[in-house]
Amino acid sequence: MDLATPAIDVRDLRKSYGEIEAVRGVTFDVAAGEVFGFLGPNGAGKTTTINMLCTLAKPTGGTARVAGHDVVSERDNVRRNIGLVFQDPTLDGYLTAEQNLRMHAELYGVESRLVPARMKQVLEMVGLWDRRKTQVLTFSGGMRRRLEIARGFLHSPRVLFLDEPTIGLDPQTRSSIWRYIRALQQTEEITIFMTTHYMDEAEFCDRIAIMDKGVIVVLDTPDALKAQVGADRVTIHTADDDAAVAALADRFKLEAKIAEGSVTFYVPSGEEFVPRLFAELGIQIKAVSVSRPTLDDVFMAHTGSTIRDAENSDGKDRNRMVMQAMSGGRR
Amino acid sequence: MSATDTSRTDTLQTQPDPSGAGSTPQVARVVVPPRSFRSEIRAIKIVFRRELIRFRNDRMRMATSLIQPLLFLFVLGSGLQQLSQFGTHGVNLKTFIYPGILCISVMFTAMFSAASIVWDREFGFLREMMVAPIRRSSIVIGKCLGGAVVASLQGIVLICLAGAVHVPYDPLLLLGIFGLQLLLAFSITAFGVMIAARIKQIQAFMGVMQMIVMPMFFISGALFPISGLPGWLAVLNRLDPLTYAVDPMRRLVFGHLHITAAARSALDPGLTWWGWHLPALFEAGVVLALGLVMLSIAIVEFNATE
Repeated sequence: MDLATPAIDVRDLRKSYGEIEAVRGVTFDVAAGEVFGFLGPNGAGKTTTINMLCTLAKPTGGTARVAGHDVVSERDNVRRNIGLVFQDPTLDGYLTAEQNLRMHAELYGVESRLVPARMKQVLEMVGLWDRRKTQVLTFSGGMRRRLEIARGFLHSPRVLFLDEPTIGLDPQTRSSIWRYIRALQQTEEITIFMTTHYMDEAEFCDRIAIMDKGVIVVLDTPDALKAQVGADRVTIHTADDDAAVAALADRFKLEAKIAEGSVTFYVPSGEEFVPRLFAELGIQIKAVSVSRPTLDDVFMAHTGSTIRDAENSDGKDRNRMVMQAMSGGRR
Repeated sequence: MSATDTSRTDTLQTQPDPSGAGSTPQVARVVVPPRSFRSEIRAIKIVFRRELIRFRNDRMRMATSLIQPLLFLFVLGSGLQQLSQFGTHGVNLKTFIYPGILCISVMFTAMFSAASIVWDREFGFLREMMVAPIRRSSIVIGKCLGGAVVASLQGIVLICLAGAVHVPYDPLLLLGIFGLQLLLAFSITAFGVMIAARIKQIQAFMGVMQMIVMPMFFISGALFPISGLPGWLAVLNRLDPLTYAVDPMRRLVFGHLHITAAARSALDPGLTWWGWHLPALFEAGVVLALGLVMLSIAIVEFNATE
């Protein structure tokens, strides 16, 4: 596959489960060597899209090509060329790290004489070479995720899919996982397609698609997206939020939203606006903060809610999280 | 290299690199070959091997799965002996139920072997196998063969107890027992894997298996001779697949005992279909055929799941 062929090429891809349209026609392509991020709240259709690209779910409409192969008619060719790191763990805890990787190499038919060197390389890259003889049961969450990432790379895939690679990990482990992913990606020169609902992680991507309710609302580089928002974000805590929203609309012609228990709006040069706000709003302000635009703001600007609010309104997904927490406890 | 690629390299270099991986230029790159018959055989072998590795690491399972057959054999066998001396024509009751116990112990352990596919689903590992560039049938076949061998290995402990129930240690007999156990274990595992394609929670799976396996065990004649049964029970007995494993097992064991002809015909009458005496090999063939049918259904079902 040469660099001119997109690593992933998706045209009007759709997936419905009965009445529910999980993915409602998405179109995008990912260049070879790119790190492409899919962002959005839980339940936005990210995992369904990734499952279709990985041949785990059959699209109900549209086409998708991965590494130059159609995900429906050339399923096995797609599978040979991709690596997967799922949201939920897929390691065998009773086997050692080495046995897990060996198993993977056998399943993918990697030539036996190449396996030891390759295994050593990927394990060293994620810092688990010393622990290779240890049963995976005893690994911490971060170590397991690193092992899964190493396994995803083991068979030298063209495209690596990472579905929420850092979900459920503490911030320190998250950033170390990211360093490993970038280091591996750099060495291996492969394309990475990932989903996340942590806005800060999207900064690691070359390009980002924001997905909400089954469609892509916007797609661009992180910097371009932030530039689109343009204005600074001002968040205020007031004695009466509804009145504050009305007053902002009335006196300053500003459209404000109530989210996560505070009032948020966007103005150019926020610091200079704050004194005017205190003088003219007429409602008691308890706290105020001004910040440069982040991807959270991009998400808010395009969907009208913060990512956490979007998730909390989604009952089905909350159940999923509860199930995950339960099964996590048993592990 | 396109323009976007160059700009990406610039941003990359600002990232700290803790592992030093970026400074290793040699990449031991490997290639995943196109799917072939050889790669499928390799996949079957590794799925099979994994069952054995896991079994080796799990000695508890071996110990616990033996408790039930041992209770039947020694407690029930010794206890009921007092009631049945006249009915058994001088044959020890433990000796009589031994072939049946050999079958049910394998049945229970094979059921647990099949449950491993449900565990794999629950702990996510099934997914790792399902997305590999191999046929689903390779996974199912590897699982069934691995489960069958693991269950039969556990059965060896009971084979070793032959002397304790007055069954001679004849190499041919022992080999025959092991062969029949392997066959039965394969069919039961295939049955379990077939069920596991549909029932995805371990509790529900174990419940369903108990519900099916317990009647099969009671009706099969593992604990009683199949001559002179009431009509309804005789019919159920012929319909029970386990019957076709218990009967040849009993014939095999009784063929190596020194007992009277009267005792033999009362305790080991052999299975009949409308008066036709089924050959032992035919019975074994029934077990194998059922196993293969269930294996095929399991493959179809796993192919259909997304």
